[in-house]
Amino acid sequence: MNPLLQSPDARPGAALRAAVRPELFLECVHCGLCTSACPTYTELGDENAGPRGRIYLMRMITEGALAPGSAARRHLELCLDCRACETACPSGVHYGQIIEPFRLAMEEEKHQGIAGWDWFRELVLFRLFPYAGRIRLAMTPVRIAQKLGLYDLAERIGFFKLLPGRLGQMATLVNPPVAQGPKLPSFLPAIGRRRARVAFFVGCVADAMFRHTHWATLRVLQQNGCDILIPDGQGCCGAIHYHAGSRAGARSAADANVAAFDLADIDAVIVNHAGCGAMLKEYGLHWRDEKQADRQRFAEKVRDVNEFLDQLGLIPPQGPIEVAATYHDACHLAHGQGVTSAPRRLLQSIPKLELRDLAETEICCGSAGTYNLNQPQMADRLIRRKLENIVRTGARIVVASNAGCLLQIGREVRRQRLPLAVVHPMDMLDLSYRGEQPELPKANGAP
Amino acid sequence: MARSSATDVIPQLQKLLGREGVLSDPADLVVYDCDGLTIEKRRPEAVVFPTTTEATAEVVRLCNRHEIPLVVRGAGTSLAGGCVPIGGGLVVSLTRMRRILEISLRDRMAVVESGVLNLQLARALAGTGFHFAPDPSSQTACTIGGNVATNAGGPHTLKYGVTVNHVLGIEAVLGDGTIVRLGPVFDRAALDLTGVIVGSEGTLAIVTKVWVRLTRDPQDYRTVRVVFESLDDASAAVSDIIAAGIVPAAMELMDRGILAAVDEAYHFGFPTDAEAIAVIELDGLKAGLDEQLTRVAAICQRHNAREVLQAATADERALLWKCRKMAVGAVGRISPSYIIQDGVVPRTRLPEIIRQITRISAKHGIRIVNVAHAGDGNVHPILLFDERDRDSVRRALAAGKELLEQCIACGGSITAEHGIGIEKIGLMETLFGKENLEVMGRLRDALNPAARLGLGKVLPSPDAPKILETVGTCQALP
Repeated sequence: MNPLLQSPDARPGAALRAAVRPELFLECVHCGLCTSACPTYTELGDENAGPRGRIYLMRMITEGALAPGSAARRHLELCLDCRACETACPSGVHYGQIIEPFRLAMEEEKHQGIAGWDWFRELVLFRLFPYAGRIRLAMTPVRIAQKLGLYDLAERIGFFKLLPGRLGQMATLVNPPVAQGPKLPSFLPAIGRRRARVAFFVGCVADAMFRHTHWATLRVLQQNGCDILIPDGQGCCGAIHYHAGSRAGARSAADANVAAFDLADIDAVIVNHAGCGAMLKEYGLHWRDEKQADRQRFAEKVRDVNEFLDQLGLIPPQGPIEVAATYHDACHLAHGQGVTSAPRRLLQSIPKLELRDLAETEICCGSAGTYNLNQPQMADRLIRRKLENIVRTGARIVVASNAGCLLQIGREVRRQRLPLAVVHPMDMLDLSYRGEQPELPKANGAP
Repeated sequence: MARSSATDVIPQLQKLLGREGVLSDPADLVVYDCDGLTIEKRRPEAVVFPTTTEATAEVVRLCNRHEIPLVVRGAGTSLAGGCVPIGGGLVVSLTRMRRILEISLRDRMAVVESGVLNLQLARALAGTGFHFAPDPSSQTACTIGGNVATNAGGPHTLKYGVTVNHVLGIEAVLGDGTIVRLGPVFDRAALDLTGVIVGSEGTLAIVTKVWVRLTRDPQDYRTVRVVFESLDDASAAVSDIIAAGIVPAAMELMDRGILAAVDEAYHFGFPTDAEAIAVIELDGLKAGLDEQLTRVAAICQRHNAREVLQAATADERALLWKCRKMAVGAVGRISPSYIIQDGVVPRTRLPEIIRQITRISAKHGIRIVNVAHAGDGNVHPILLFDERDRDSVRRALAAGKELLEQCIACGGSITAEHGIGIEKIGLMETLFGKENLEVMGRLRDALNPAARLGLGKVLPSPDAPKILETVGTCQALP
């Protein structure tokens, strides 16, 4: 196809030029209908910061017409990989399949050798994040500070700005302590008539910071007649590795998960956070080796919990929750998995709950995996935009189906001291099944 | 006198607009090579992002002093190369002028900056009972400024008119840097200079602010899709509906080729063996709509319509419109490259031009699929080719040229809404003749002396590059 790719390419940037299958570029006819869906283009108005421009840049680099210099890299790194452009694209361009391998190659190249060693990537992203136990341990100082009431003070006086860049960003993201519940068991039985047998994917950050949501999810599944297996041996989905440029690290995480679940025994693998779900569903795409078929089979069994319950037919919860809520579309659910109406239908089944439309709901909140740690400026612009839209709905509760969004929106709500609760759809359903009410923060940010 | 290069004035531009308001690193300019028309490219020397009319005027004056040409750009969705700096120089991007300044329902008017998206305005007006009528197919991405520049239409043009019918005033920067405010909103008795500037594609002035008319939402809709056995039958039916004195809000056609791509994208469930589908919308007062619909259906049936199906819900209507409007963007599913033509013929000649399109497709060995704003005689044949194959590029261009010549021969024109840009400049003389072009040239010289705004666009000049001649040397999209 491209003569440059046929003979071995010894010039610098060879790995970049070989990263993307050239035929993927041909799907883009350069119409530009994607641009308005792109959060970074919407903010900056610069076509380098839009999907059509980025595809063009990658194509030029791939074809050897543009040197992969720092300007192009900067534009590609600014991409949230939210994939709103995929939803917008009438031609079905697989933007994720273009930019992800390309950025992976960029990262791999950047981190070669001693000079490319990045303490944050190696220690925090690869050695800390993928392990729920280690995250809990690392959060201990923050949790103690929260218990003593010092965290709030530290946040207010900007103490976290003293911590080195990405660490400071991280510390401010930690959500306030809630009763997490005990360690998850290996099996939970259906309540009432058994309608399905599923396995639950636990994840890493989600387990460390949102175990209470895991418990809510499990209770909701039980209420809906699901036997739930929670297999040992599973771990991080691998998305953290993959997006930080460690293809091998991501693959071993994937293979551990594929080995942990006995697919013959279950109707579906249930996941409740969008970022993990999108990654699990793409296991069949990322690596081409002898295990690809197994990964593909696994991927086909994965269902987001909203999607699954909606398809199964939700047994309507009875407890009224009389409050105005709004639903924010997590990118990796709406754009990555095409799930938008299911969570709304589930929420609308809660008696008395008023679900209000959120303007620009399809625009990313700026969390985007570890984006808010690496690109804090753009992430801040986007979360402020998101909050403005949320506030305009007048809702007291904002619901999102992804850990990253919940943390990102939660932090901005604390910063602006807004009287808003930030919860997962399963938290809401669980409350309604149990006949309980959500805790609504009062104005002025007092808990 | 030799003009300066834009690179010489970067410091002055940065002083005017701030560092973040100027792109000048060569690697940052690559993405501004082209717009929705990919077969012709020219990289700008710099891209600037003014945020006010005054700053835009300063840029124009600076460029005048240094004899640097400028081309204005919105979302870059032009299908005719209207945003490409074919004459060199600067691109002035208005994407950071995107505030809706005022919505006044009492006055049925909104004031917007040029970079506001058509969709952004539509969303802001949702639920008010009013809307901005021009709805080009690219409305999810294109800017109001772009709509003004090309005098954009869209499906509902048939009943509601094109952009110029919805512009009450403009604020614009002329070629010498003068800022003017024109239009009936300022002075009803003046010459209709707004009418002159709207549709001039940025070759008379840079429009930075627009006072737009708001139109009351119709009380009700009837939206039907009609399945035809041939494109011929469909176009004859459309022609007859107009002849019967019915003015639907929109009458659109899609042929079998494009339907396949559209259905793959949006899973509407169009019959796979349908040769053509017409989307017909009637709107207005509820009373009488059903009667009109019966008449439309009867005419369609006379032309062998297989079925006439009404959109049952608002969601179904929305999806049907999405299918039609996003059709062109879905072409990537069936071809790596395309040129979309924008010919117009008198509505009675519609069946004839459709037959000509089929003939030209066969003659040049270029597959053509069709969408059309059939109600106003505006055909959009989409020529499919592979730009990596030089021969297919040449055949597509030749077929496109012959097609537009046929439109002229039918008493029509070479553009309805996409503009001349750089793509169709070679046909301007055939269409208008020397005298008319000279008048237009004099008008341009009056408002845009030295033709520095949009150099090389719209009006042919001996030294302007012509796409049909330069294509042999043009660099195809990589």
